[in-house]
Amino acid sequence: MDRVKSLEDLKKLREQALEKRKVKTASGEVQIIVGMGTVGIAAGARETLKAILEFIEKENLSGITVRQTGNIGWDSYEPIVQVVIGEQPKVTYGKVTPDAAIRIMKEHVLNGQVVKDHLLEG
Amino acid sequence: MKIYRSMVLISSDPKSMLYGAEEVFQRFQQEIEAKGLQDEVQVSMVGDLGRHEVHPVVIVYPEAVLYGPVKPENVPLIVEEHLYKGRVVPELQLSPQELSGRIAWLTARKGTLPAEQRIVLERAGVIDPTNIEDYILHDGYAALGKVLTSMKPEDVIAEVQKSGLKGRGGAGFPTGLKWSFVAKAPGGKKYVICNADESEPGTFKDRVILEGDPHAILEAMAIAGYAVGADEGYIYVRGEYALAQERLNVAIAQAKEYGFLGKNIFGTDFHFEIHIHSGAGAYICGEETALIESIEGKRGEPRARPPYPTTHGLWGKPTLVNNVETLANIPPILRNGAEWYRKFGTPSSPGTKVYTILGNVNNTGLIEVPMGITLREVIAIYARGMKNGRTFKLAQTGGSSGSVIPASLQDTPMDFDSYNKAGVSLGSGALLICDEDTCVVDLAKVLVNFFRKESCGKCTPCRIGTYRAYQILQRISEGQGVLKDLDELLSLSDNLVNLSNCGLGQTAATPIKDILKYFRAEVEAHIRLGVCPTGVCTMVPEKSPQEA
Repeated sequence: MDRVKSLEDLKKLREQALEKRKVKTASGEVQIIVGMGTVGIAAGARETLKAILEFIEKENLSGITVRQTGNIGWDSYEPIVQVVIGEQPKVTYGKVTPDAAIRIMKEHVLNGQVVKDHLLEG
Repeated sequence: MKIYRSMVLISSDPKSMLYGAEEVFQRFQQEIEAKGLQDEVQVSMVGDLGRHEVHPVVIVYPEAVLYGPVKPENVPLIVEEHLYKGRVVPELQLSPQELSGRIAWLTARKGTLPAEQRIVLERAGVIDPTNIEDYILHDGYAALGKVLTSMKPEDVIAEVQKSGLKGRGGAGFPTGLKWSFVAKAPGGKKYVICNADESEPGTFKDRVILEGDPHAILEAMAIAGYAVGADEGYIYVRGEYALAQERLNVAIAQAKEYGFLGKNIFGTDFHFEIHIHSGAGAYICGEETALIESIEGKRGEPRARPPYPTTHGLWGKPTLVNNVETLANIPPILRNGAEWYRKFGTPSSPGTKVYTILGNVNNTGLIEVPMGITLREVIAIYARGMKNGRTFKLAQTGGSSGSVIPASLQDTPMDFDSYNKAGVSLGSGALLICDEDTCVVDLAKVLVNFFRKESCGKCTPCRIGTYRAYQILQRISEGQGVLKDLDELLSLSDNLVNLSNCGLGQTAATPIKDILKYFRAEVEAHIRLGVCPTGVCTMVPEKSPQEA
């Protein structure tokens, strides 16, 4: 990686990242974002993340990015999982146990049906 | 406290009272009762809503619709249309352009969860904290680039001063002023320290920022370093925050790789390095001079002040010590300008505040809202009411060192000035909400016991004062108290406040003073009647009263 030497470099970097993001969303890529702050991990986010990864492996799915993020502040609802499919708005789920995560994967990611029981915001 | 479907707040600053806020309030009550909505809708008078051109202002939650100016004769229409039928009354609504200050969150976020105004936590919970590209995509390092390439250090300080940002660690010292002290201090070598010790029980706002958005702190520290003339920074992270330390290490390595830290940042001749120093679990090390001693490898004991760290800090050099949340405000201020920042919060305390909500409420967690909203709103809207429908009795702000705030002050706007006027302190932003089952003697006992254990022992008033105060409170809770104990508690707390060396001893007295000020009757009941009104205290001597 070249060091950033000017504002133009930073702007270029930003545009590159934006471009990458656009290509991904345009291709209908699915993003699954797991809240991995201390609270999330204590509430079992690691198990949830593992369940999601195992599901993807087992079903041999492609075009799905699983990534982590910090705490959004809704501690009572941890573990929190957000799902973004392509250009659709972000859907936020709360209290996602490994079982709930598999349900979300099956119903929302594969069939496009939002899982109402765990919905926080969408 | 019941959980209401809707809440109506009426401003009650002097001018609103002059324009008939009282009649509006009464009219609302009459109309709501006439419609039989009194179990569903709560009506209260709140303090100053921060709107000085319109009187009186009415807010209806949860839609957060603003009406004004409201006259008593407008009330039936609002009740009929909005509260009964659920339709907003557009002809009385204040236009969104006029919304400012604490009401700016209305437009911030729509959804099933209450809207917040996020400046500090904008990216936490959105970006991947271990990926610098994600940070850059969300305007990361743009403020640093702007500052280094187009602003002089004194311009940066002027901008921070103009923004009116106050330290978010608890004391509320103006940040720009502190920066100017360090910048003016003589000496070549200077340091920037980020205080991430966050040892106040119940506070975890800094952890969320560090875990969710570590690059923001690195960027802010580099800006601060440029403004005050420092080329080295330390982040003093609480020892328990392993995840935060890990993510900071990753972030520092990435920032170095991309050239946002190190030599010749953005091709200028500004250099900046950041080191991480892990605390070892002492409460006192959150005090800035004890923190500096700890970094130097000495025992974490506070220094005598003056001289202040701004001139004689780390290794005797001028040092800037800022809290994590304070620093996290810096990049947005410099990116968008001081004018933009002043749009949020109250005129004397601009910006937002991150609160951690815990205790007997339905919804615990973390919120970021404009300065100046009231406890009533926090409890009813963000915390979704008290657990099991109980009544709100008191709130304890800012971990242990904050104030005990009785229910009677729940309509005081939460900003530094209003709280100072009311004689309480905002502290670090932890809100421990307690219901009627909480005994104030027990609460004070727990808090003072905490200080007793955490006192470093350097100065006598604190070392012995906290121990004596704890003994007396213990005695009262065991039914052995006498009325003279209360006088002794007050004189002990005066000594703690006036004679202690540092903030620990000075704030250790706060819970004692507050319970005697607001809940004296309850404390006296322990002594005069020999009963604990809430049934929490045992009221019999325990076996070894000396050691807890």
